[in-house]
Amino acid sequence: MTETRLYLAQRLCAAVMAPLVLIHLGVMIYAIQGGLDAAEILTRTRGSLFWGANYGLFVIAVSVHAAIGLRTVLREWMSLRGTALTLVCWLFFAGLLAAGLRAVAAVVVMS
Amino acid sequence: MSTSSSAAAAPITVRVWRGVTDAGEFQEFQVPQQPSQTILDVVTWIQRHADASLSYRFACRVGMCGSCAMMVNGIPRWTCRTHVNKVMQDNRLTIEPLRNLPLIKDLACDMTIFFEKWKQAEGHFQGAATRNDSVSRLSPNSPQRRVANAATECINCAICYASCDVVSWNPEYLGPAALNRAWSLQNDERDTATEKRLRVVASDAGCHQCHSQQGCATYCPNELNPTASIAGLKRQVTSAWMRGQLRKDND
Repeated sequence: MTETRLYLAQRLCAAVMAPLVLIHLGVMIYAIQGGLDAAEILTRTRGSLFWGANYGLFVIAVSVHAAIGLRTVLREWMSLRGTALTLVCWLFFAGLLAAGLRAVAAVVVMS
Repeated sequence: MSTSSSAAAAPITVRVWRGVTDAGEFQEFQVPQQPSQTILDVVTWIQRHADASLSYRFACRVGMCGSCAMMVNGIPRWTCRTHVNKVMQDNRLTIEPLRNLPLIKDLACDMTIFFEKWKQAEGHFQGAATRNDSVSRLSPNSPQRRVANAATECINCAICYASCDVVSWNPEYLGPAALNRAWSLQNDERDTATEKRLRVVASDAGCHQCHSQQGCATYCPNELNPTASIAGLKRQVTSAWMRGQLRKDND
């Protein structure tokens, strides 16, 4: 049943990511109308619970989704199995999550 | 064999795999062209006129038994219904045994694992009626029956199995034919083993391995769509999982 669980988790993440990607793209197009300015972006994101939750959730969903996808690639193309496969995927998940949340914190948390 | 109309056509250069997987090589033959000639005709000509030791498998010669499938120029095909002039490239043909199956000799594969997986997927009908019951009345137009019918015309040729990359990467994967059969039975309203079958289908060798690449649907000689059947199984598994059906005592 591992595959069933992972399949459902990956689809759930995809469903979470779909609207978040649309929000991201929409705001990106809106935000660059007056030129690409880091200060302007930070004014909008710093201290914002909404953007923190939005990108925080996105990072979690991406980390789960990508780690499950990578697991399939490693198993099928590199014949990785068992504990080694699980370990590599957990590490990849943790790395993505840490890097992503650090980036979210950098634009949301007030310095 | 008639030679009147073949006199003008150049002979076909046919490369045929000889031997077994670890010890074999291609052997080249020159085969006369004939009108309406099939790949199976070519292989049969070689065995009868060039090398009687060539091993291959066939039975009905009319596309019903599913025993003559081979790789032709790299693509899995039913050889008895494949015309030479449709697939020949520069007067050359390369004929190999089916991919993803162990080889016995030359062009004859060992189909055991293919049928074992069929059984593993609970691919046989399991009903509750006895010979004393009257014949079930099924409406051919009911939505469920239409879905079951769409997947029933499989002739077990293993072309889908040979075309599936997931099978080549993961030998435990049940494969498109077994899962297509399971889907057909899942939609047979007389069948009583749907939950048992769904547990196998949802296992780690089951439907979730499929990447919907659709090699099976592309090459199925009967134009079935095992990818769609597997997608149906994924929906059924998801639905059963949501209802908590598959979670108990099966981890």
